[in-house]
Amino acid sequence: MRTYRWKQRSAVVLTAWTLALGLHAGSASSAGAAPPSLYEQLGGLPAIGKVIDTFLGVVGTDGRIAPSFANANMPRLRTLLIEQVCEATGGPCRYSGRDMKTSHNGMGITELQFNALAEALYLAMEREGVPYALQNRVMALLAPMHRDIIGP
Amino acid sequence: MKFTISSLTLVSLLVLIAPSKAAAFTAPDRGRLLLTGGVSALDGAGGGGLSTWALIGGLGTRDSFGIQARHTTFMTRDYRLTSPGVSLGLFNRLEWSYARLRLDETGGALEGARIEMDSHGLKLRLFGDAVLDQDQPWPQVSVGIQHKRNRGIQGLEGAGLRKATDVGARRNSDVEYYIAASKLLLARSVLLNGTVRFTRANQFGLAGFGGELGDSREAQFEGSIAWLLRRDLAVGVEFRSKPRNLALDREDDAHSLFAAWAPTKHASVTLAYANVGPIVSGNATTPLNRSDQRGVYLSFQLGY
Repeated sequence: MRTYRWKQRSAVVLTAWTLALGLHAGSASSAGAAPPSLYEQLGGLPAIGKVIDTFLGVVGTDGRIAPSFANANMPRLRTLLIEQVCEATGGPCRYSGRDMKTSHNGMGITELQFNALAEALYLAMEREGVPYALQNRVMALLAPMHRDIIGP
Repeated sequence: MKFTISSLTLVSLLVLIAPSKAAAFTAPDRGRLLLTGGVSALDGAGGGGLSTWALIGGLGTRDSFGIQARHTTFMTRDYRLTSPGVSLGLFNRLEWSYARLRLDETGGALEGARIEMDSHGLKLRLFGDAVLDQDQPWPQVSVGIQHKRNRGIQGLEGAGLRKATDVGARRNSDVEYYIAASKLLLARSVLLNGTVRFTRANQFGLAGFGGELGDSREAQFEGSIAWLLRRDLAVGVEFRSKPRNLALDREDDAHSLFAAWAPTKHASVTLAYANVGPIVSGNATTPLNRSDQRGVYLSFQLGY
């Protein structure tokens, strides 16, 4: 009886995890016939430009992060952000700025501020009509920067 | 006694991690992304409805804290479970939780009975960040300890039943341990959780701990998959296995379908349909209530 229950449990747990991993792997295996890159799905440079413009607008009104950008060269920042998202999503750009670690060194960026930026980007993508699943794919590419951006 | 040990652990951990953070420890920052603290599981700790996750409850970042309060009701054909609870998340590292569980038997063989239980928990995040470490394969891993104390049975004094030990349990209170792993696969919009709990709790502890069929802690599994449909909405499935220790209860595993909605960073609602298997089924010689207990689970949570 016990053995049966263990088998039953193991089966349920295994099924659940297999299902999840299958979903995880699904995109990779169906990606055989050169699917459009995330960059293309977002709508290329014009769409990314709109998202970044909206993003900078949101950032400017968020008291948690606006002060950090008070002295920033906004046109330059805009260009760099577009390059960065374009390159990260598989577009034909090269990020021309300093690396994340160097550019945020000593700024004492907190996790709160990092996440506030993420929220601003989510909001901007939502306002620009980027589907939620694509928003998450963009975020998955940018989130690891937390190690270089958030201060010790 | 055991709870004293938990409290001492909490205090010593605070002493260890607090000084470096003291400057920022002024107000909750609600700084983590929406829904990334999970909701509050039945036992009180942060998780889904049935299962406990590795996530630290609340939305406080590594520099801050968060406090939550929840109220959960679960109505089945013959039972009504109500459970208020509170939790505190510190530095996205440590979580303290408390929940009171009250089970009222609204039908069946034991109609009119009420059982209450206290559940105190501590959870410590060991490593990993389920949300931010999107380029790493490893999950966020936490370990936890829960002290559960069954406060006894009311309404069956006539039958001589006052405590869980009167229905065959070996003890009225116990400590259980768990290790939990959570991983947000953001590119897939999926959150995976798996937990192994070392427990001998009967019906989450509502029917005491240990029994005629077994009195040692066994590894039990909890698993869940949540799909993020929108920034403020997740739906998922949960599974939780339970030991079977009582001769009078054919206890079975629990599972649920749930939806969690967080209209703001300060409030969330979890609606689920759960099946926790029979409760006090009786056995071949003494049949009591063999029906699976399933129904709607509703939980409201406020946080700051």
